[in-house]
Amino acid sequence: MSEVVVSARSVSKSFGNGAGVVKALDDVSVDILQNEFFTMLGPSGCGKTTLLRLIGGFEQATAGEILLEGEALQDLPPYKRPINTVFQSYALFPHLTVRQNITFGLEMKGIDRKKANARADEMLELVQLAQYGDRVPSQLSGGQQQRIALARALAPAPKVLLLDEPLSALDLKLRKEMQVELKRLQTETGITFVFVTHDQEEALAMSDRIAVMQAGHILQIGAPEEIYERPTHRFVADFIGESNFLSGEIFSSADGAWSLRVEGVGEVVLAQESSTGKLGKVTVSIRPERLSLGHESEQGTDRLKGVVANKVYIGTDTAYRIHLGDGQPLLSVRVQNANGVTGHFSEGESVSVCIPSDAARVLVD
Amino acid sequence: MRNLVRSKRFWLVAPAVVYIAFFMAIPLLQMAYVSVLERGEYGGVNWGVFSFDAYRNFIFERDLMDNLMINTDYLQVFARSFGLSAMTMTFALILGFPTAFYISTQAQSRRNFLIFLVTIPFWTNILVRNYAWILLLRNGGLVDNLLGFFGWETGGLDILYTPYAVSIGLTYTYLPFMVLPIYASLEKLDHRLIEAAFDLGADKRRAMMRVILPLAAPGIAAGCILVFVPCLGAYVTPELLGGGKFNMIANLIGSQFGSARNWPFGAGLGFVLLAVVLLSMVAYSLKFKSLPEDKS
Repeated sequence: MSEVVVSARSVSKSFGNGAGVVKALDDVSVDILQNEFFTMLGPSGCGKTTLLRLIGGFEQATAGEILLEGEALQDLPPYKRPINTVFQSYALFPHLTVRQNITFGLEMKGIDRKKANARADEMLELVQLAQYGDRVPSQLSGGQQQRIALARALAPAPKVLLLDEPLSALDLKLRKEMQVELKRLQTETGITFVFVTHDQEEALAMSDRIAVMQAGHILQIGAPEEIYERPTHRFVADFIGESNFLSGEIFSSADGAWSLRVEGVGEVVLAQESSTGKLGKVTVSIRPERLSLGHESEQGTDRLKGVVANKVYIGTDTAYRIHLGDGQPLLSVRVQNANGVTGHFSEGESVSVCIPSDAARVLVD
Repeated sequence: MRNLVRSKRFWLVAPAVVYIAFFMAIPLLQMAYVSVLERGEYGGVNWGVFSFDAYRNFIFERDLMDNLMINTDYLQVFARSFGLSAMTMTFALILGFPTAFYISTQAQSRRNFLIFLVTIPFWTNILVRNYAWILLLRNGGLVDNLLGFFGWETGGLDILYTPYAVSIGLTYTYLPFMVLPIYASLEKLDHRLIEAAFDLGADKRRAMMRVILPLAAPGIAAGCILVFVPCLGAYVTPELLGGGKFNMIANLIGSQFGSARNWPFGAGLGFVLLAVVLLSMVAYSLKFKSLPEDKS
């Protein structure tokens, strides 16, 4: 099932020349699988759109190569690639009707008008805009234009569909709807989607796999829960959701367990799989909702002592900030309010923070 | 309150309105009046004596028996003018579109410089430019010699004082009017639409035919009108490069006010020309009024 469709091999891309040269992609390799919803996530300027444009054929790689089903794409211009794109601004042809927009790609493939129109109607049905075929794009709302852009790109049945931040121009409610819609379309058509976004929520909600990118590199590739629960880089942990970072020293205790010693605070035991196996100075990432608070009197190898610096009630949760020790950042702890524990601890109260042994992830950098 | 603001705003355009009324509308009405008067024996008109001879003479003439006969002389001048203007427009389009397209694909800073280059001919007096063309095109002139140099012995180019010379001169004069509107519409064109066409499998030729040309159509039409209309009224270029042999409308009108001393006929010809031009403008606005604008 998981056959590789698109494969980037040590791809680099630079813009400009001489002293003003900018490296948008630096030795990036990735395999995108058949029928998967693959997301490239990162802040603007991280190279995600450049990688997308390289796959689409709108840019040429400075080094490395891109393969489609094992064949090098280098010399193929965009119009010869069985790949279609949904552009950020939709780029619908303003002088053509919705139906003509959708049949454009089909006509270019030499499909006769009758079949093309039938396919267009099928596509309009798929994006639930069956009665809009004769309108022109300017008569449609942003969300409708978005769907037409999708229908147009899907109509020629591409092997890969590229989506360049297609939801960024929509308002929040519409964006949530379209997230569900996109996922449905991907499942129904069975086409590989390569999606580019800077919105981590969007990425988590839709993707089969996510590649987190920064400054021209892919830092981590994995399923949403893997990216969230087991980030490998400080950047990944920070970019996706909220995270605590504790710096300390890892040492192996007498009974063979791994422990983290935080200067001036104390020691906690780490699970085997959460460490990278290296000793010495490290930084760990801990998600706030994995922590819990207990009375000062509670002791254990999985606990650190602290004082509640402040607490904020935010509906479903209460967000605590715990002062562990001088020179250490405040530890963020999220406690669910479902059990009615609100107000359990008050500001200035001494507490013990429970850190489950698999909650802390040792970061690569 | 609102009306007050509106009426105050009117004063902003008042000077322009007065200026146009005084120097355009009134003389125009005066000419319309002249065109329906009887011609004076030695030029001028017989004020107060009405006659529609000017418009009648455009198509008909009276033979010796005082019967109305169709006279195609003036229609031929009109046809010749239209033909020459259409030829010029076509030349200008063939030269102007690639130029505009090239400029629109350059970097922003370079574009402004190139547009500046396009407008340079405007800075030279039209008479000087036309005399320069005479020197270029005459037998034994620069063009003739260059062709000879490249091995084409013309034995005298014989192009000066032909309709082609007039068209070459007009094309040169009005080329910027073709380039600028086309450039304006190409510059507005969203580059991503071209990428979208490529993405959907259109090669360069089909992207041009199916996306770029249709979207540049308003600019192309505007450029064509801006070249065609002044060509119809061109006076200096046909006079100099046509050697006076190939009467165009403006030369005909000029001669009616001059040597032919038939003011009403000259005025009448002017209004026939004006009517044709206005009709083509209406046709243009009807064609492109309904074109959907891209919202984004």
